[in-house]
Amino acid sequence: MSSSTNTSDKSKSSLAHRLYVGELSFDFVGRRKTWYVMSGIIIAIALIALLVRGLSLGIEFSGGADFQAPTRVTAQTVDNMRAAVAASGVPDLDDATVTTIGDNTVRVQTRSLDAETEVPLMREVIAKELGVGTDEVAYSLIGASWGKQITQQGLIALVVFLVLVMVMIWIYFRDLKMSIAAIVAVLHDLLLTIGIYALVGFTFTPATLIGMLTILGYSLYDTVVVFDKVRENTANLRSGRVRYAALANKAVNQVLIRSINTTIIGVLPVAALLVAGWFILGTGPLKDLGLVLFVGMVAGAYSSVLIATPLLVDMKMREPDIIAHEESLTRRAQRKGPRKSADEVDDVELDEDVSEPTNEELAASPSGLRITTDEAKVWRPDAGERIQPKHRTRSERKK
Amino acid sequence: MATHTSKYGRPLRTIIILFIVLAALFGVMAFNRAWSPKLGLDLRGGTTITLTASNTVGGGAPTGESLEQARTIIQQRVDSLGVGETEVTTSGDRQVVVTVPNVQQDELVRMVGQTAVLTFRALYVAMPVQPAVPSATDPTAAPGGEATPAGEATPGTDAPAPEATPAAETTPAAQGANRPAPMLPTAPPPVRTPRPTAPGQGLAPDQAMTWAPTENDYIDFQEYQCGDPTGEISDQPLVACNREGTEKYLLGPAIITGDRLTTASAGVPQNQLNWVVNLEFDPEGGRQFESATGALAAKQDPENRFAIVLDGHVISSPSVSQAIPGGRAEISGSFNERTATELANILKYGALPLAFEVSEVSNVSATLGGEQLRAGIIAGLIGLALVVGYAILYYRGLFVVVVLSLAVAGAFTYAMTVLLGESVGFALNLPGIAGAIVAIGLTADSFIIFFERIRDEVREGRSLRSAVETGWEKSRNTIVISDAVSMLSAVVLFILAMGGVKGFAFILGLTTLLDLAVVFFFTKPLMSLLVRTKFFGEGRKGSGLEAEKLGVRSLSGRITRRRRPATAAAAAAKEA
Repeated sequence: MSSSTNTSDKSKSSLAHRLYVGELSFDFVGRRKTWYVMSGIIIAIALIALLVRGLSLGIEFSGGADFQAPTRVTAQTVDNMRAAVAASGVPDLDDATVTTIGDNTVRVQTRSLDAETEVPLMREVIAKELGVGTDEVAYSLIGASWGKQITQQGLIALVVFLVLVMVMIWIYFRDLKMSIAAIVAVLHDLLLTIGIYALVGFTFTPATLIGMLTILGYSLYDTVVVFDKVRENTANLRSGRVRYAALANKAVNQVLIRSINTTIIGVLPVAALLVAGWFILGTGPLKDLGLVLFVGMVAGAYSSVLIATPLLVDMKMREPDIIAHEESLTRRAQRKGPRKSADEVDDVELDEDVSEPTNEELAASPSGLRITTDEAKVWRPDAGERIQPKHRTRSERKK
Repeated sequence: MATHTSKYGRPLRTIIILFIVLAALFGVMAFNRAWSPKLGLDLRGGTTITLTASNTVGGGAPTGESLEQARTIIQQRVDSLGVGETEVTTSGDRQVVVTVPNVQQDELVRMVGQTAVLTFRALYVAMPVQPAVPSATDPTAAPGGEATPAGEATPGTDAPAPEATPAAETTPAAQGANRPAPMLPTAPPPVRTPRPTAPGQGLAPDQAMTWAPTENDYIDFQEYQCGDPTGEISDQPLVACNREGTEKYLLGPAIITGDRLTTASAGVPQNQLNWVVNLEFDPEGGRQFESATGALAAKQDPENRFAIVLDGHVISSPSVSQAIPGGRAEISGSFNERTATELANILKYGALPLAFEVSEVSNVSATLGGEQLRAGIIAGLIGLALVVGYAILYYRGLFVVVVLSLAVAGAFTYAMTVLLGESVGFALNLPGIAGAIVAIGLTADSFIIFFERIRDEVREGRSLRSAVETGWEKSRNTIVISDAVSMLSAVVLFILAMGGVKGFAFILGLTTLLDLAVVFFFTKPLMSLLVRTKFFGEGRKGSGLEAEKLGVRSLSGRITRRRRPATAAAAAAKEA
């Protein structure tokens, strides 16, 4: 992170403020190669995990029966229950798994059973073993083709949602590139989340699938907010003398606090879901949703800052308009001679024709933000403070 | 932004109107005496059975009409069990979902999973009965038809239908004391051969008319009470009632099965006034129908009638006065548009009977249901507490706005959930609660966008009061588009997802809409009001709007000479 701060009278001001006015600035866009590589590595690991280990699918996808009954869990609970299930007289129960949830529930998962004959028998066996009433044994039974249907519907929903949202963002920003960048970031989150599921071995249930769709919403939402600011900053690009990449980076820095806040505020209730689902219930939709949302939201915040915006910049750099603008700035810098770097032209020499107060602020800030662009590095005087007193702008002199 | 007074009056008025709306919602709740939302079965215990329907022929997806017909059939099956508060709904394009709040469901699972078949059978005995006490059905049940018209089947001519008049002598079936009809033996024989339980041992449609009732059949007929399971097998005789349970019949084996029907429609023939139902058979069915109607026409009433039987209920029993050739028939009688259409739909269903596969049975005990509800509520409270805590830490005095806005949004969500439970039967389930909790974050986020924007505006050099207005202008679009994204995901999920997820999507969508309303009509006006107070407007310590916290030297705008607040306000008004 290249950041430059100054030690003037602004030391009191908050982190948020310093980010906003560009006193403190992280060069997100300039280091985009790093993020791409990082994400690439993570996604590669995720894909390998997915191919090698696969997802551990819940019984909803494969079909099967799941019984849950209340009991005081002891060291013998699982063995006793397994013996009872084996002696139940229901055929082919070798693959039945018995687990405990927390310290008050025992769970038996088997192949798909016949609803009329085998299920009542199993419930009786379990109830007898635990000494509870048959109706205390909760169960769910899922037919084999049901999971296929759920998956299919889920995937259809996913595709429909992505297409609609792409169109929506395109209409909102009137910029196809923005919607492509947003969707790429979303796909990135999706892969990452599935990969983490495969890596850690969390059970993938229909609730997880739903969570995935919700994440997509969240991730996009985050990206939309960043892009909104990018659009605002670059509205008067041609009349200003700042590179697109610099403005986009400034936008990211300006909404960074909001992104962090949003993620924290969004994750807090989800953490509550996880706590309740995991520690109180031990299983079920609360835990599944909580888990996938937790993973996905963090990924979403990361991608909206480090993936979506840099991608947008990369795509924008190919637009003739932007190219022309960049070239004119480069020429300018060369005309000024080697005493000033292109960067400093970018951020310091702003004048009246810029109506955007952001740029004035930017100009007013004692040390401009340093942007590392991809072009050949120009001479930098030094990395630290200026030695000579700086020519101050009008707005600063007024104060 | 005109005069000083209007600027002052509007935010307050908006908030007051919002509270009037909220009070009205709670008033409606009080009027209906509904104070808590309707809970899904996963929160109060019960059984959900999801059935997937497919055509018995070819196995494709059913049409909307036949799925609806299947729903009606299953509804009647469930109702006949006499369990209260059952609900049968269709979901997606091929699911029927049965929810039963009690736990004796083994029999239920077996019953609802059977394929319903439509058969045409010759009628031998008809007897009016006292309908049993109807089981409690929920309001979503299919409208029970009026007495089924016992019309007449004709090739095309139209004769007035003989109305079946109920005999005066009725027997209370509910008490099981069916007085035997005089012509029938009263003592049941000691041993009876059990009836076959599978097809293949009876009479094929072509021989069906040769069947004659035996003594055993008459005894069965006597003992049968409407509502008992019929154990219908198409090539065996059948004792069944009409749907209303006002008449019971002794019927022969099927003379034609429903899959021989090609089309059925309801309409008013040209130059006539009455509704009729037209049916058309395939060539084989037409041949069977012709020989059967020929045989029926030669008999006396009631034996000249045939019964259209669906899923063990007699739907209609028209009489026949002549053989009907050509595979086309017209049933006329005292139909109106609704009853004719209903019969036509039932006949259409018979042409494409559905097989049901039990896709999912999920049973939750009342104990577990209560626990899930508790966990959901705890999660919600923890989530709220965490969000409020964070808001206090980060936004200091402004947390009041966050808390009040969340409270208003919460009150609206609660009221809407209760009222939707009352009006459209929306039941809150565990995924729904999860949706509401997730929405806390979404709702809070709208405030964050707004607050951060206000801070940005102040940093740009505006005074606090104008920053609230311009910050709102600029953050409004962002809030709308981000809510639109989450609304879109909720709608897509609601339409395409299956099962309990719909509850999640519904609540998510609802809270998103309410969030928009609350931000527009509560949070923003509240900020406008607060910023007029000295505490917030002058950025006093602890208000969350302190100058140094926002990173500016002063809050009265770019021109930093000390001014009295009054003039600053005037300046702000001019600016806006």
